[in-house]
This record gives sequence, structure tokens and C-alpha cells, in this order.
Amino acid sequence: MRVTAIGGAAAAALLATTAACGGRGGDDGSTTATGACKGQQTTGITDKTIKLGGIYPLSGPASAYGDIPKGIKAYFDYVNGEKGGVAGRKVEFTVRDDGYQPPKAVEEARRLVEQERVFALFQTLGTPSTTATWDYANQRKVPQIFVATGASKWGSDTRHPWTIGWQPNYVSEGRVYAQYLKTERPAARVAVLYQNDDFGKDLLNGFRKAVEGTRVSIVKEQSYEVSDPSVEPQMRNLATSRADVFLNITTPKFGSQALAADAKLTGWNPLHIVNNVAASITTLRPVGFRNVQGVVSANYYKDPNDPQWDDDAEMKLYKAKMKQYAPGADPAVPYHAFGWAAATSFHKTMEAARCPTREGLRDAMRGLNNVQVPMLLPGVTLQTGPDDGFPIESMQMMRFKGERWELFGEVIDTRKAFGPVTG
Amino acid sequence: MAERRGTGRRGPVPAVRARWRGLLLTAALLAVCAAPFQLVPFRVFQLTMVLVYTVALIGLNLLVGHGGQISLGHGAFFAVGAYGTAIMMFHGGWPYPVTLPAAAAVAFAIGLALGVPATRLHGLYLALVTLAIAIFLVPLLKRFESVTGGSMGLTLAKPRPPAWSGLAEDQWLYFLTLAAALLALAVNHSLLRSRVGRALHAVRDNETAAEVMGVRLAFHKRMAFAWSAMFAGAAGCLYTWVIGFVSPDSFTVNLSITLLAGLVIGGLGATWGPLLGGLFVMFVPSLSQDVNKAAPGVIFGLLIIVVMYVAPTGLAGLVRRAAHSFGRTLRKG
Amino acid sequence: MAGFLQQVVEGLGAGAIYASLALALVLIYRFTGIVNFAQGELAMFATYIAWQFTHAGVPFWLALVLTLAVAFAGGMLIERVVVRPVEGAPELTVVIVTVGLFILVNAAAGWIWSFLIKDFPNPFPRGALEAGGVGVAYSTLGVMGVVAAVMGLLYLLFRHTKIGLGMRAVASGPESARLVGIRVGWTLALGWGLAATVGAVSGVLVAPLLFLEPNMMGGVLIYAFAAATLGGFDSPAGAVVGGLVVGVAETLSGAYLDFVGSDLKVGVPLAIILGVLLLRPQGLFGRAAVERA
Repeated sequence: MRVTAIGGAAAAALLATTAACGGRGGDDGSTTATGACKGQQTTGITDKTIKLGGIYPLSGPASAYGDIPKGIKAYFDYVNGEKGGVAGRKVEFTVRDDGYQPPKAVEEARRLVEQERVFALFQTLGTPSTTATWDYANQRKVPQIFVATGASKWGSDTRHPWTIGWQPNYVSEGRVYAQYLKTERPAARVAVLYQNDDFGKDLLNGFRKAVEGTRVSIVKEQSYEVSDPSVEPQMRNLATSRADVFLNITTPKFGSQALAADAKLTGWNPLHIVNNVAASITTLRPVGFRNVQGVVSANYYKDPNDPQWDDDAEMKLYKAKMKQYAPGADPAVPYHAFGWAAATSFHKTMEAARCPTREGLRDAMRGLNNVQVPMLLPGVTLQTGPDDGFPIESMQMMRFKGERWELFGEVIDTRKAFGPVTG
Repeated sequence: MAERRGTGRRGPVPAVRARWRGLLLTAALLAVCAAPFQLVPFRVFQLTMVLVYTVALIGLNLLVGHGGQISLGHGAFFAVGAYGTAIMMFHGGWPYPVTLPAAAAVAFAIGLALGVPATRLHGLYLALVTLAIAIFLVPLLKRFESVTGGSMGLTLAKPRPPAWSGLAEDQWLYFLTLAAALLALAVNHSLLRSRVGRALHAVRDNETAAEVMGVRLAFHKRMAFAWSAMFAGAAGCLYTWVIGFVSPDSFTVNLSITLLAGLVIGGLGATWGPLLGGLFVMFVPSLSQDVNKAAPGVIFGLLIIVVMYVAPTGLAGLVRRAAHSFGRTLRKG
Repeated sequence: MAGFLQQVVEGLGAGAIYASLALALVLIYRFTGIVNFAQGELAMFATYIAWQFTHAGVPFWLALVLTLAVAFAGGMLIERVVVRPVEGAPELTVVIVTVGLFILVNAAAGWIWSFLIKDFPNPFPRGALEAGGVGVAYSTLGVMGVVAAVMGLLYLLFRHTKIGLGMRAVASGPESARLVGIRVGWTLALGWGLAATVGAVSGVLVAPLLFLEPNMMGGVLIYAFAAATLGGFDSPAGAVVGGLVVGVAETLSGAYLDFVGSDLKVGVPLAIILGVLLLRPQGLFGRAAVERA
């Protein structure tokens, strides 16, 4: 009897609460500005602080990218501690792990926006995770700024004004190599190895479109899956094409394997172009420097392993502050420098915002005019417009010599050479 | 090899316990209906995903828990449902409610076809074949780019709540998924009560003896495979509704392995195993990164081992033990 | 023709790698009757230990001996600490523990050594043996030699030692083995230790070719499973022959069958596993198991 009474009471209480809260309460914790920026969203930002959230794969097979937020954190800790923060506000940067899984990315984006109440999503990593979250970010009108993926849709899509990329998109990178070949090897026969995913296909298609109508031709293509143990068989098949240029569109491990296989295939000696993702010294060193002489690539930010930046003021600052604020992390890892450069870009964008609001940040990130970021190569600047969502579209070619990359030629601005990237 | 209590138990249940159970169920149902009005949308989304995984695990439980066969390719059927739904909506322009039965039917048919080798394999060998299928699916999805969208995947509009309901999008998706999960539970329940369920248990407990006694072994193993695939396909459909995006790299072999781990941790063959497993799959990775930001995988792996250590028969077994001792204390008091 | 032969040779090279891990899988299956999903990850972890030794200036061969010793001890320790508590539990529980171990070891390696690739010294000379337009890299020959040697040692262990006998008794029935006085616990621990050692050999062999990073063995595992299935899960010779056949089949179909191409190559192990299990479930060299009620 007693049991029934307790249960009945509990059920009645539950029913009552359900009925009472037929809808959600009106206050969801969001705030708006007054004054000149009246009505704009100020959730996550006060006069003293600004909250940002980033989503990266800290676990699972893509964990290598989990180093990027370490560079970002070090930068924000440095400006918080020594420069009074970003535009006078201390940055609180929350990092969440999605394991490179889109459903997890959606969950973490919602957590950051609804529970942590961040001002903006500063970087989501990877095309699948960003694709899964950008509808949400745009519906909620939360800036999703400088996503860490080079897919071209972040810049060319007009229905998602709250999302913007940062690094040169893969199509632009493909164009840079096409431009280089057109002048250096106008009749090049190109063999391509590419990763069978959005990144590999985007870059390959960008390259293919850019060489259309020229005498440069693609004579053989081979793809690989990230789950493959090795790309050596693919390299052997490519070698049978006797192409005189080899375009290596891979991620670091497979980049090393392809470079090593190229060195081993003594009967085939093409001009080897390795894409930026796999061009770090950390990819080349395991292959042996003597095996990668003369390999070319393109870059847009300063490689911390490159001795030519040893006396560069920004590089010195980066190395010193990494040591101070991220003592466990090796400053030589390029992902850290990448994060540092992206964080600097955010700093500059936030400072340029007319209103300290989400709308203000959105407008600022779509109105960057020739903004200098010291960690980027000289001549590479951030440039966006209402219809141009690609902050970085310039790269410079480099050739490997001795134990380092040597930049050569002019910075190639793909906007000038090819016009805007379209979806 | 599996947990042998929990289902198929017959005989009168003591009246007090029946009343307790009824009350608990009522309260639980009320709480489940009230939850989306009390929680922030992000929590509602999490619960929705728990239900999606629960539906998938109900299917896996049928095959592994009740049928005694190991599948490492459950994620592949999940992907079939998810992609089937996406293709029907994207290319066919079908309204979303139709896609649930359609996706389930497609997965059932494919399960039936792949069930042919399954009838001849068991244990380790079936595990290997299903593992290879799960690995093979990813490049296969990328190959047929014009249909599947290739490695870029397909992006879809999420189901919109009808105006009369007055619900927000996340609440509507939650109730859709909840209804589907309850339906799945009911189908599962009646399956296990039917001849299929009895045959499955007979096969699991002693295959040779069952065959001698005249159970049509091959037929029932094949049906178990197909039914299990159907639940996975339905779960995949719900996934597409909730996430609105499918890509090959969302359905790697890790998904299959995570699902199997979730089920074993939840409790093989136990009624509440799939729900507990769904909760584990959903919440433990987030919990892991709260404990250790530097390497959440270390904590996740450790937790799997520790749960198996503490509760070799799964969380459901642990809960039952706890409830048992609680009941005893209650009777004494 | 030379091109075709070259593809075959390269296929054999890849096959030797699959065979090396398949040997470890066969070993643990013979000892304990389970599939260890973490076998490849344990091999990877052992390779990192070897890398750490050589990085600290220890000569390669001494580092190898030290690594094998560490791997053996580590394997036994894992059995005693991680696997022992679930010994009596359903088989699937043990399998899930190895899945947990897989995730744990992979993440731990990334945590300790980062996910950046490491260069690993190649014990074999560079260059290739050229004959009739076909080149065989010395490293390929070296890998094959080591795999053959490990296979021979395992054969001797299984056939001609008391350990091998006891191990077979344990795998076929721990209870009856216990009754005839075999120390079941130690036999199981020994199985894990030996499998970890063979896995370490595999890791050290493949690291110079695939480059060392935490996901190094992930891609090899499914091919190793196919190799073990083809050869028979209880036969070391079968694992090696199976590995070579899988390697050649994969390479040739990737090169000459257009509808397979380089992207669907991973369908080859699936086809092999499926074909073998339907036609000859015990594999080429395995013995058929007798069903007992």
C-alpha cells in the first residue's frame, strides 16, 4: 500500500511539472548589446572576457591534428598574461574532442554553444565535422571562424555567412602547382597519388581544372585509403606511366611513404611535388634528407624547422612563448605554429570588429583587408569580402635543398591568376 | 557463452514486485516524456543519440546476445540504413516518414542476403567476415560517387516539427526517435516471444543439440542476421534524420567495434542491455575527455577494461545484482 | 613480363609483412583460443620501445634483444593483470577487453611519443638484388628470412616441446588440462608473452617500411587476419603461406583489375576470408575442428 502511495505521488508530481513547463523557459542565457550595437548578440563576451570553443580530434586515428590547439592555447595564454588579452578581453579557449566523428562534432558544438555559452566556435577541424556543424552554427547565428579544413565550400557557399575558412583552400593549392608547371614544365605529363577523401579530391580537381586548356596533362591517377598500410603498390603503378612530374597529395605518414618509394624506384625520376599538408620537415626527415633533394612544394606560413626564420622576431617570440606557456609541447611541430598563426589571425579580426558582438565578429571576418599576420610568409595576407570567404589564397613555391626548404619565385596569388574559386 | 537469465523467464512474478515494476515503468515513461521540456537542447540531442544507438544495439543484442553469434559489422548495416535514407531523401525527394520503413526493409534484405554465409560460419569466423565487410564498405561508398556523394557525403534537411505540435526541432526529433525506439522494443519483444526467439536460444545454448532436436538451424541463423540488420538499418535512418549529414568516414570499422563494445558492456542478452550500452557509447567518450584532455583514448580504453572487470556480465548484470540486494534489504526492513 | 614478375615480387614483400603479424595472431589463438584485436597495437608499442632504445644510443641489435625481452615480460604482465580477471567470463568479454586494450595502447603511444612519424633504422642494407629485369630489395629478402626463421621456431615449439603439448591441451579444454596437472594460468601467460614477442619482431620489421606512428599496424591487421584464415588459424606455416598469397593477390588485383583499382583493394582480404571459410573453413593447413555437443 505504502509503495503505491509513494509511486502515485511521484507520478503526479512529474505530471504536474511536465504540464507546467509545456514549453521551454524563455531565458536561455543569451544576452544582447545596448548602445551603438543595440540588439546584437553578446553571449560569451563581456568587457573583461571572451569565451571561445574549438573542436579537434584528440582521440582516434586523426589525433595528429590534436596538436593544433596547443599552439592556439599558448598564444592566448601569452596575450592574456602579457598583452592584456584580445582587445582588452581575456580569452578563455575551451577545447573539445570529436574523434573526427561528425555526430560527436555536432554534440560538442551544441555543448559549447548551449552549455559553455561560447562567443564563437574558433576552429572545427576536418571537412566532415565542419559540414555536420555549420548548419547548426548558422541557424544559431554563432560565428564559426577559421575552420581548419581547406575544402572550398566554406568560402564559396553563400547560405552560411557565419562560417569561414582560413588556410588556403585545396583548390587554390592545386592552382598554385598548375601555375608553377605552366611556366616551368609547359608540356608536363603528371602522375598523381591522392588520398581518397574530400581533401585529396578537392586538390586534384583544383589542379585538373587549372591545367585545362594547357599542354600540361594528367597521365595516371592512383588513390589510397587512410586505412591502407602502405602506398608503395600505388607508387609502383604510377611509375609505369613514365610521367615526368609526380604530384603527391597525401597526409604526413603516406607522404613519407611516397617520398621513400620515389627514392627507391631508381628507374623513375620525376619532378616530385609534395602538397603542403605533407611538406613539413617532420615528414621529410624520416625519409632521409638525401632522398628528398629537389622536391618542391608550396607554403603560406613560417615553418619553425626552417633555419631562415631563426632570427625572425615572430619566430623567436613563438619559440620563447611556447616554451613558457606550453612546456610539454615541442615548438618544432608545425601544427603548433599553424595554431599560433590562426590564433593571431583571430586576434587581429577581433580587434578590427566594430562591435564586440557576434554580428561584429561576422562582419569583421568577412571584411579583412590586407591584414598582416607575422607568422605567415612575407607577402601572404588575409583578404576577404562579402562574396569572398577565403582569407588566404596566396602561396609561395619552395624547393628542398640540403636540410631545409628554400622559398623561390614570387608569392603566387591565385585570385589574380585564376579569378575567384566557385563551388 | 552469453548471459542466460533475463529473458524467456516464465512463471508468476510476486505481486509486490509486479507493482513496483509497473510503478517504475510509469515513472520512467513520464520522466522520458518530460525530459525534452526540462533540458537544454544540447542535452535533448544527447538523449536522442542515446536512443539511436539503443535501437541499433537492440538489433545487435538479438544476434549476439540471443543468437550467440559475433558481429563486427553491425556498423555496416547502420550505414546502409543511414545512406539508404539519405539517398531516398536526396535523390528521390521522399518525405522523411516513409524512409524509416524503407531503410529498415532494405537493411533487412541485405542482411538476409549476407546471412547466407553467416549460416555456415560461427564464432571467430563470422566475426572476421563481418569485420572485413565493415572495412570494405567505406571505399565502396566512395566509389559510387554519383549516388552516395562520394567522400564528400550528402547533406540533408532535418525533419521539421509540424506547426500543431509547437515543438522545437530538437524536441520533435527526440519524440520521433523515442517513438521509433519504443516500436523497436515492441517488435523485439514479440520476436523473442515467438518461435524465432525460442529457436535462437536453443541454438545459442547448444547448437548441435538444437539441430538434433529439429530446429532449422540455417534458417533461424539467417533470420536472426536479417532481423538484426533491420534494427541497425532503422537506427541508421534515425541517425540521418538527427544529424542531417552522411559521409563514408562516419561509418568506419570503429563504429562497429564501438557498438559491440557498448552491447557487451551494457549486458548481453539482457532486456536493458541495449539502453545501458547506448548510454555508455554516448556519454563515456565525453566523460573521458573531462578526465584527461591530453589523451581521452587512454581513459576510454581503461574504462572498457574496468567495466568488464567489475561487471563481466555487463552493466545490466550489475544493476540486477544491485536491485536484488536492495530488494532483499527492503523485505527484511 | 618483367613488369608482372616485379608486381609478384612486391606482392611477396607485402605478404611477408602480413605474415609476420599473422604469426603472432596464430600463436595467441593456439595458446588461448581467442582473437586478440590489440595484437597489432602491442607490436606497435614494442616498436616504440625499440625506437626509444636506439634513440638513446643503444646499438640496433642489442636494442632488438632488449625490446624482445621487454615485450615478453609485458605480454605476460598484461595477461596476469588485464586478462586474468575475466578468465572465466564469456569469450566475448575477453574479446572486448582486447578491444579496450587496443584503444588504450594506441592512445597511450600517441600520448607518450606523439602522432608524428618517427624514422626507424632499417637493419638490412639498402639497394636491391637485380636479376632478369626484376629487382628484389634486400629489405624484402631480410623480412622474408626473419619470418621464415620465426615460423621454424614456432613449429619446433609446437611440435617438439612439452610447452607446445601443454598449450594445445589448455586451448582445447582448460578444465581437463588442469586435471592432468598442467599449470593453466602460466601456460596462458606464456602464450601472451610469446605472442607479444613475435608481434614485436613484426613491428620492428615493418617500421622501416611503413614508418613508425601509432596507427602503423591498424591497416595491417585485416590483412593479417585474412592470412591467418587462409592458412588456418592454428598453423604457423599456414600463416606465412597465407600472408604471401594475400599479398600477391592484393598487389596483382590492384594493378591489373580495373574495377578493383587501388581504392577497392581492401576487398581482396574480404573475398579471401569469405571464400576460404565457405570452401575450406579450416584453412589450407589447419585441422578441422570436431563439433562436440
